[in-house]
Amino acid sequence: MKAFLMYKNLDFDLQRQLPSNEQILTQDLELNTLFNAMALDNKFLFEVGKKAVLSGQSDVDTIIYRQNILKDCLKNPSIVREIYQIPIESSESKQRHWMGVFSYIASGVLSSSIEMLQMFVGLLRKLKNIADEHADKFESEGFTAFFAMIKKELDDEYFAIVENHLKQLKFRNGVLISAELGEGNEGTNYILRKPNAKNRNWVKQFFAQKSPVYTFYIHPRDDHGSRALSEIKDRGINLVANALAQSADHIDSFFKMLQIELAFYIGCLNLYEQLAQIGETVSFPLPVPANERSHSFHGLYDVCLALTKKQKTVGNDVNADNKDLVIITGANQGGKSTFLRSIGLAQLMMQCGMFVPAENFCANLCEGLFTHYRRKEDASMKSGKLDEELSRMSTIADNITSNSMALFNESFAATNEREGSEIARQITRALLEKRIKVFFVTHQYDFAHGFYDKRMENVFFLRAERKADGGRTYKVIEGEPLQTSYGEDVYHTVFGTDN
Amino acid sequence: MKGEIPMIFHSILFKDNKDRIKEEILEAPLFFVDLNLDQIVNTITVSKREYNLKPFFYSPLHDIDIIKYRQEIIQDLENGLLLGNIKSFAQKIIVMRRYLAMIEKLYYKNHKEGWFLEAVELYCDAVSCLAHDLSLADLKSPGLLAFRVFLTNYAESPQYTSLLMETKNLKADLATVKYCVIIKDSTVKVRKYELETDYTIEVEKTFEKFKQGAVKDHSVKLSVGSGMNHVEAQILDCVAKLFPDIFKTLDDYCARNKQFLDETISVFDREIQFYVAYLDYIAKIKWVGLKFCYPQISDENKEVYDYEGFDLALANKRVSENSAIVCNDFYLRDKERVIVVSGPNQGGKTTFARTFGQLHYLTSLGFPVPGREAQLFLFDRLFTHFEKEEDIKNLRGKLQDDLVRIFAILDQATPNSIIILNEIFTSTSLKDAVFLSKKIMERITQLDLLCVCVTFIDELASFSEKTISMVSTIVPENPAVRTYKIVRKPADGLAYAISIAEKYRLTYEYLKERVKS
Repeated sequence: MKAFLMYKNLDFDLQRQLPSNEQILTQDLELNTLFNAMALDNKFLFEVGKKAVLSGQSDVDTIIYRQNILKDCLKNPSIVREIYQIPIESSESKQRHWMGVFSYIASGVLSSSIEMLQMFVGLLRKLKNIADEHADKFESEGFTAFFAMIKKELDDEYFAIVENHLKQLKFRNGVLISAELGEGNEGTNYILRKPNAKNRNWVKQFFAQKSPVYTFYIHPRDDHGSRALSEIKDRGINLVANALAQSADHIDSFFKMLQIELAFYIGCLNLYEQLAQIGETVSFPLPVPANERSHSFHGLYDVCLALTKKQKTVGNDVNADNKDLVIITGANQGGKSTFLRSIGLAQLMMQCGMFVPAENFCANLCEGLFTHYRRKEDASMKSGKLDEELSRMSTIADNITSNSMALFNESFAATNEREGSEIARQITRALLEKRIKVFFVTHQYDFAHGFYDKRMENVFFLRAERKADGGRTYKVIEGEPLQTSYGEDVYHTVFGTDN
Repeated sequence: MKGEIPMIFHSILFKDNKDRIKEEILEAPLFFVDLNLDQIVNTITVSKREYNLKPFFYSPLHDIDIIKYRQEIIQDLENGLLLGNIKSFAQKIIVMRRYLAMIEKLYYKNHKEGWFLEAVELYCDAVSCLAHDLSLADLKSPGLLAFRVFLTNYAESPQYTSLLMETKNLKADLATVKYCVIIKDSTVKVRKYELETDYTIEVEKTFEKFKQGAVKDHSVKLSVGSGMNHVEAQILDCVAKLFPDIFKTLDDYCARNKQFLDETISVFDREIQFYVAYLDYIAKIKWVGLKFCYPQISDENKEVYDYEGFDLALANKRVSENSAIVCNDFYLRDKERVIVVSGPNQGGKTTFARTFGQLHYLTSLGFPVPGREAQLFLFDRLFTHFEKEEDIKNLRGKLQDDLVRIFAILDQATPNSIIILNEIFTSTSLKDAVFLSKKIMERITQLDLLCVCVTFIDELASFSEKTISMVSTIVPENPAVRTYKIVRKPADGLAYAISIAEKYRLTYEYLKERVKS
């Protein structure tokens, strides 16, 4: 029995390794804001949300599979939240049941397994009832299969068989164990035996009586002896206890997986409700395979900015289909960083199967997402700033592969413009040739305009918009890189115009 | 030239009984730390503690014949099949010793006797297998040939063959014993097994439909050889009563065979590990393509060379980190005695000096050494002087301390000694350092001994006809890159600059190489 709500035929592995740059991504794209909105202070939801968002899928089918399940969830939020309560109840009462159990004694394993199984049976009945009542309200492939499985596996007959066995396994009439002599004449190969039936023919009875039986007793006050005796008994029931405990584990892991996989959708529900409250729209994106090049959208906004400001924010419209390199230049404080972040966020949200913060959005998937942002001066004084930037770039080079996406924010500017541009140019050229999609926010005219002069078909230029009076719209529009970034504007804002 | 087969086998480490180490050395020689030989020996012996091999590693040989005796044995052992045979022998003996030690701590007779039988069985298995394996092996070394003669005779002796037969019969008899224990409250009944069916299988079938993937194993782990409590002992006594003949035979057997272990085999088991341990250690280094060779040895000719040599301790580390190792060559001809190493820092100078010392020491133990081809000198003493932390306790300045140590070395050294000097006189002005170094170099060249001297003082490189200059190198186009190559050429005091993007391998060409498709 598998939930299969994240993949058609795979479990969602919560232990999976996140991309090695997860901390950098989290910092550069302000991901904790997103995770917090999904989690609403619940640690588990936070963890699952983080894992799901950061381990994006690069195949279209899985993304669509999740999108459809999420659509079902948006339609039936209260039923989904009710199902989510079942595994939570299971894990809570499991903690109570396992408390104080001696799992290193086979008889302890046996008795607590019986107890656990009884508890699970109750919860499975509950799940079965929800399936019976609501299954027809769900349309997605994922949920349809899930409910069908519940109905098939958990019929009444099955519940009866299980309960009967739980009763029998208490061994009220003593235990019969066979053994052989192992190394050092120590008893080995202890096997629990079913006593032979009594009414056998007299010839066998006769010979059976010939075989001597030696009996001894453990003195009631011989604690050590009775401990030793129950140890031997435990060896006999070890395998039965194990079989039963493993059955309990299987059911437990089914519930756990159900909890994990639903947690992602619960997180999405939470996020959806918050965005709806501040009046932001979301839509389900159209993913395109990773080897194609597509990026077009309307009203794409920075979801983290919206969540932080708790109000609607400026959205951008861009059509950058068939482009490998997007260079963003223009006015200081004109929304370049916000735009770059919205690109990264939308990509991660799309690739985990979520909706995206836009009116509509279509982009190719990528094999990996990498960010390279300018950082504060290294406080440890261990390396110069350019050194530090290049060392981070080197780490990216170690991990990036074709059909990945790299977002640069004012990188390699820690030296003079000619050298910085040269480094940026060489790096960008190499990445493009390796089929890596690059978004580059830069003030380096030499670098940006160098590409512009080449008139390459796969390069696209965006500029932060500045009104003639120096005012900012915080929108990016298509446009040639300019030699000034209007830093003067900012200067004037700070120092006043008459200076 | 092969030595003759010794008439009687004494030791796999020494040809003649008289050469055997009388008293085992327990302290590492002084230069071990400087040459990183301590690391090498620690790693080699770490998994072999029970053999106490270190004394063998602390005892360099001064006799070319014994070195050859060992070299030939190792050449035989480089046959992987033979080495595997020896290892499987050793493994059995290890377990046997463990059993014997354990028996001392056991209480119940039937239990002790059971383990004694296991121990003897393992011993017989070890001896018979090794005798068989050696009879098929293509041996060339006098040492192993002599051992084979000894072992064959032993394995065919009536005393051994009857031990083997008795052991096998007893094991077979005990394997037929099968019984049942019935436990109800505090009553225990023991009787013979009467073909009752397996209950667990029935239960497993019932719950089979639950099975999904792999889950935790809840079966309780039973400690092996943890002894026997009095209830188990009582059960075993009952079993002995159920099968009286078998247990009587076991009693007699144990009484008769107390001294079953042969002394020569026991010593061989320890000493052969000296070779096995070293071969194991160099195996993974060889595996990445680095070469080892059996050096030619002389105690007269001081023309030494080694091609494609490397620092063994470093190689071991680098191999486990999956990183590359740089090999270096050196040679000294005619009157040349002293290698002066200079050049950029972090360029592998110290490593080179260590390598020179390690090569000579490992040779003196009889081992194959790093390199494609080598001729090395059989030294009488080996001295090293590496920079030490300043020691507040000895109240001398660092410079004075350096001089005191070097004086002591020069006082003891003979023309047949080897001295390795690493960065001496760094704690004084350049002018002083030049003056002092030249004085020392005069003494060294007078002694006519072999020496490696790592220094920042270029002048030493061309000190006399006895000194040659070797320099650590850099890539001319990219001075930031170290090659770790030490080459024979005049010291040039070359400066180097750093090209930062190249350092991070982020130029267009580098990056295209690096990014995976």
